[in-house]
Amino acid sequence: MTRKMTGAKMVVQALLDQGVDTVFGYPGGAVLPIYDEIFQQEGIRHILVRHEQGATHAAEGYARSTGKPGVVLVTSGPGATNAVTGITDALMDSIPMVVLTGQVPTFAIGSDAFQEADTVGITRPCTKHNWLVKDTESLSQTIHEAFHVATSGRPGPVVVDLPKDVQFATGTYHGPREARRSHYAPQIKGDMEAITALVEAIETAEKPIFYTGGGVINSGPAASQLLRELVEATGFPITSTLMGLGAYPASGDKWLGMLGMHGLYEANLAMHGCDLMINVGARFDDRITGRVSDFSPKSKRAHIDIDPSSINKVIRTDIPIIGDVGHVLEDVLRVWKSRGRRVNGEALAKWWNRIEAWRDVDCLAFKPSEKTIKPQHALARLEALTKDHDRYICTEVGQHQMWAAQYLGFEAPNRWMTSGGLGTMGYGFPASIGVQVAHPDALVINVAGEASWLMNMQEMGTAAQYRLPVKQFILNNERLGMVRQWQQLLHGERYSHSWSEALPDFVKLAEAFGFKGIQVKDPSDLDDAIREMIEHDGPVLMDCLVEKHENCLPMIPSGEPHNKMLLGEMTAKDAIGSKGAVLV
Amino acid sequence: MPPLKIKKGSSKHSAYDLRDPNAEVLEAHTLAVVVDNEAGVLARVIGLFSGRGYNIESLTVAEIDHEGRRSRITIVTTGTPQVIEQIKAQLGRLVPVYSVADLTVEGPSVQRELALFKVAGQGDKRVEALRLADIFRASVVDSTLESFVFELTGTPEKIGAFADLMRPLGLIEVARTGIAALARGAQSETA
Ligand SMILES: Cc1ncc(C[n+]2csc(CCOP(=O)(O)OP(=O)(O)O)c2C)c(N)n1
Ligand SMILES: [Mg+2]
Repeated sequence: MTRKMTGAKMVVQALLDQGVDTVFGYPGGAVLPIYDEIFQQEGIRHILVRHEQGATHAAEGYARSTGKPGVVLVTSGPGATNAVTGITDALMDSIPMVVLTGQVPTFAIGSDAFQEADTVGITRPCTKHNWLVKDTESLSQTIHEAFHVATSGRPGPVVVDLPKDVQFATGTYHGPREARRSHYAPQIKGDMEAITALVEAIETAEKPIFYTGGGVINSGPAASQLLRELVEATGFPITSTLMGLGAYPASGDKWLGMLGMHGLYEANLAMHGCDLMINVGARFDDRITGRVSDFSPKSKRAHIDIDPSSINKVIRTDIPIIGDVGHVLEDVLRVWKSRGRRVNGEALAKWWNRIEAWRDVDCLAFKPSEKTIKPQHALARLEALTKDHDRYICTEVGQHQMWAAQYLGFEAPNRWMTSGGLGTMGYGFPASIGVQVAHPDALVINVAGEASWLMNMQEMGTAAQYRLPVKQFILNNERLGMVRQWQQLLHGERYSHSWSEALPDFVKLAEAFGFKGIQVKDPSDLDDAIREMIEHDGPVLMDCLVEKHENCLPMIPSGEPHNKMLLGEMTAKDAIGSKGAVLV
Repeated sequence: MPPLKIKKGSSKHSAYDLRDPNAEVLEAHTLAVVVDNEAGVLARVIGLFSGRGYNIESLTVAEIDHEGRRSRITIVTTGTPQVIEQIKAQLGRLVPVYSVADLTVEGPSVQRELALFKVAGQGDKRVEALRLADIFRASVVDSTLESFVFELTGTPEKIGAFADLMRPLGLIEVARTGIAALARGAQSETA
């Protein structure tokens, strides 16, 4: 059915037809016609954030926890530029997101008009694709196309820039089905020959490992289910990147924990020593590989990825399989079963013996203290007291983020929201708001560092306005802890500007915004404080004062291979060589 | 801990690219990329090259199908085989890109470039310029009493050679189009 309507009305209609129920946004001159339409309807809930960056991270949290695209609406100029960090974050972590930006009228474009910015120019390198809509006739089709691009293949953010005159003018509305489809159609099914080669490798491998990533989560819950089936059936060990946590349950006995720079000893050594590495939806990020030339030197590598550019980008692959993780795993399982479900049981038992020995090192052990709360202890207690809840975890960026990944257990996909690729401080609080909007009755906790959390603290207003009972669990070390740790390792303990000076009184701050504020500093009060946080029917800001100079370990120093991990109480001396020092 | 002696910019390496740049030889490849002729598509392709640090030796673009609104971009680039593969994969994932063909690996191809040369001079030099132009089958497209503009089509090497010869004879300006290329034979590489 085609209908005549204004561009502004088309925007709302197209969102409804795409099944959108929530938009995170902030109004301004160039989007007033759209806000006028939003005012006159009930189908879409608009969440008014306090800063456009907050809108993008909230949309990411919403998307990551639901599997649906997050939608953002902001005005031209500063509205669009404020959204750039979140758009880039979504690109790096492959989060589907549709960002609608207002633009000055078409006749004013290029004249340095008030609040004009070259939004498509600015966002070209940080979106999967973007469009400037120049006439109302093509508006609805462009929005449908934007949803198609954002959600198909490797997901990512897209921007649709909407000049104000295009919003006012009248044109023909096309529904999603009549919309012209572009030729954009990524490959979903994997090549059967490559899949068979992988099955053959599975049958004979002596020291195999599954190395999984965010692609499993993006592929949908069915992919996680298939992964679990394959891991259980083969008995192979499995590790995951930061982005992939939850695809395989942390309680599963094949689980080695996260790998990478702050990954577990057993996971990294198993990666180093394996003879078959099955990469499922991960991208050999530098936080994972360490020094590339020494990365897993003796392994045959299979790589399943929907993005052909991920294959052979960093690490050469012996068995590349381009396709959707879910589809490919289904085929792998089917072929493997039809050939008799074979694995090299004897070798596998030996491999597990070696892994058990690495596990016995107990790399996450820490010295608890009776005087101060160790951040690891705080997270271990948070885990113990919340793991049976319907729980979603977000984080900011820093030491607390890595500790959260190490000490919290994720049993299901879409329960863990963190800024992996871009490492954006200020991500977690707004992301937790987006998660809570999507899951009103769930326990949504943002594990935060005090410095990161302050970067988007204005979103307290949003949480209070919509009565979102988000729990902000701040591990307050009064330090830019991760920066301080690197300065200790690399810069002669010269702690240049890594102090969190002039911190607010978090309890008073909480109360000023209608949050409940809790401060805890004595380890013996910790459990009660966490319970109080969980039980409070409303948003909570918990200021948990922790050990100030605790280091996040294990750690593979930049530029070192997996078998050169720092464990336990580290010595600052020469941890990072001069070659590693230039790396980030 | 003694201070580390690291000069800023002393290493080309970053955490994102730890490949030894000298480990493999650089190769020149000619890529034919068919794209939607939409606003910003060229900026997207060029931005990809600059953003990821790839080289562009030559780039030409023009619409090849007005009705279908398609353009063909011919890019000559250099890199290690791994980088060339990566360039093709990165181009392939741009939404407005239809096809990416590597004319260097997909069999023999013809490559042509058009160039205009302005040569100013008098007397013997002028006569010699004309004579050489004839040998190269360059045509005269403009002449005054003290100058010629020659038009020459050919491989980049031929055009380079002609420029070298004209330089001592009064070459004062050159305009080159960059390379257009097609695979030999009856097949289409970009369809
Ligand atoms: C927007 C942004 N700016 C700077 C950084 C660099 N950075 C990484 S971690 C960190 C310190 C974070 O401190 P805090 O949030 O208190 O966490 P902690 O490490 O102390 O747990 C900084 C500054 C970043 N990741 N993001
Ligand atoms: Mg801190």
